[in-house]
Amino acid sequence: MNYQISEKGYYGDFGGAYIPEMLYPNVEELRTTYLEIMNEPSFKEEFNQLLKDYVGRPSPLYFAKRLSEKHNTKVYLKREDLNHTGAHKVNNTIGQILVAKRLGKNRIIAETGAGQHGVATATVCALMGIQCIVYMGEIDIERQAPNVARMKMLGAEVRPAKSGSKTLKDATNEAIRDWINNPIDTHYIIGSAIGPHPYPDMVTRFQSIISEEIKWQLAEKEGRENPDYVVACIGGGSNAAGTYYHFLEEESVGIIAVEAAGKGVHSGESAATSQLGKEGIIHGCKTLLMQTPDGQITEPYSISAGLDYPGVGPLHSHLYKTGRGEFYSVTDDDAMAAGLELSQLEGIIPAIESSHALAIFNDKKFKPDDIVVISLSGRGDKDLDTYINYFKL
Amino acid sequence: MSITYNYSQRELVNTKNMNRINKALEQDKKLLSIYFTAGYPSLNDTAKVIQDLEKNGVDMIEIGLPFSDPLADGPTIQESSTIALKNGMTTTILFDQLKDIRKSVNIPLIIMGYFNPMMQYGIEAFCAKCQEIGIDGLIIPDLPVAEYHEQYQKTFEKYGLINVFLITPQTSDDRIRFIDSVSNGFIYMVSSASTTGAKNTFGDVQQQYFERIKALDLKNPQIVGFGISNAETFTQATTTTKGAIIGSAFIKHLTNEGVDTIDKFVGSIR
Repeated sequence: MNYQISEKGYYGDFGGAYIPEMLYPNVEELRTTYLEIMNEPSFKEEFNQLLKDYVGRPSPLYFAKRLSEKHNTKVYLKREDLNHTGAHKVNNTIGQILVAKRLGKNRIIAETGAGQHGVATATVCALMGIQCIVYMGEIDIERQAPNVARMKMLGAEVRPAKSGSKTLKDATNEAIRDWINNPIDTHYIIGSAIGPHPYPDMVTRFQSIISEEIKWQLAEKEGRENPDYVVACIGGGSNAAGTYYHFLEEESVGIIAVEAAGKGVHSGESAATSQLGKEGIIHGCKTLLMQTPDGQITEPYSISAGLDYPGVGPLHSHLYKTGRGEFYSVTDDDAMAAGLELSQLEGIIPAIESSHALAIFNDKKFKPDDIVVISLSGRGDKDLDTYINYFKL
Repeated sequence: MSITYNYSQRELVNTKNMNRINKALEQDKKLLSIYFTAGYPSLNDTAKVIQDLEKNGVDMIEIGLPFSDPLADGPTIQESSTIALKNGMTTTILFDQLKDIRKSVNIPLIIMGYFNPMMQYGIEAFCAKCQEIGIDGLIIPDLPVAEYHEQYQKTFEKYGLINVFLITPQTSDDRIRFIDSVSNGFIYMVSSASTTGAKNTFGDVQQQYFERIKALDLKNPQIVGFGISNAETFTQATTTTKGAIIGSAFIKHLTNEGVDTIDKFVGSIR
């Protein structure tokens, strides 16, 4: 089985570039140049240098002793939460800003839900001195005030998406419209492994540093490159794509994806796309998405804003359909409990997105000598309000 | 880098039962085409709007199948789509509203919509239903020409549907020629790099673009859309082309004046 993108931009049945003609020149420019740019020695050098000195990579692979004892297996945490800006998102924005520079673009747009990708984008734009406009749903602007302030402090303009449901999918629509209206000077930094080809592949490659590091770090610690399982949470799926990437062809490594079940998969308030979605087109790619029988895209729900997206990246749809990935869904309550557990067993307060991955132990029993690597995709600072309200702290 | 496409030149096979779109394009006049969102302002306005547009001399109609996430549209059409969906519009209801439309309407009818609702209905079933009703063509902004050509063209043609593609000022000559070769009706010229929505006038950039397209001497006539809102922009847009499409400006008219003064709107254009 092949898990790499095909020449036409598909993972099996999923992917492609279902975009209006107005976007074609921009997407085509990217499609025909991204691999060449990413393979230039000068690009690699600049990218790696920034990841090391600016982001703080490699991120540690931490053996979580007390968590391991509790669940009677060997758990390693890949500490993306220790990256600059607090999550894995910056791996991709560093990569894309360097691509944008080489394409001669002087204006950056991005979409954001909770604000993490917006902050990561505003950060690299400040670093490079490039104009930055971030689209964010009007409702998300209200509920994520600290991240809005961060973006503004970094010099970005935050534009409210006032259409539709006024959340992430509408912010994405607005960003795409901006790109249609500004076809020459603008690069759109998509934050997840979604969108028209080549975005899912480009974002996955930038995030693949996560699994690249896991391999040599695990070899140092355990004398073997491959764990028994890699576990990650999935909204659009960028941290998961990066965590899986170098293990996709290693059939001995189990791939586990954890989606947000919200208040329960069948409660009507969920974001468990693999369970509830059907094949369709969202934001330029063919993938699994939550929709009405009539093909209208529906509004998902999760307590975690980063998982609150009605689609899933085309790579993940392929992993689901082929059975290469095991998919689980975790409710708000189970995720919050797992976040509290990690805080008190290991002294690490995780992002609620990552708490979903940590809740895998409820659903999946591992053997005592299994090595389980969990992507701790982000830190919990941004979620403190949610934790406070939930636990009445 | 340019892509090589695998395609062959095709001609419309059945000239006896010529598609209404091709017949309309043969007329010796500039065509006025109007877009409206089905199910807006009220769910059951669809048939009345179509009938009144024809009665007042419109040459062709694009019936908008509303979608929750219309990427290529500006705020006016998006808002009308949101309201149409709230009114309860679905693909099945639209087909039901249109089932007798050919008893009263003779001008070409085109369904304009995004690809996902059509996929969910089933592409073949959707095309078959269009043929049964008497729909002449489709405009699907997010179905790219290569995907259409490789996966769907045979099905569309089996049901006698003309698929209309968009080009923009940024579309290269090579790609326009490819789109021309795959098209068998008209080419939808997007007037500028933009989403849909009214503009007051066309500038030099548009004029140069119109001239460039004219010089390509394409086999398909061109109809201009996006930014046509009044008699002035209609005249400018049709100087070198076969016609123009008005969408957002008509939606605004429906919003402000309802469905009873369509004659007034059409009369203001020509």
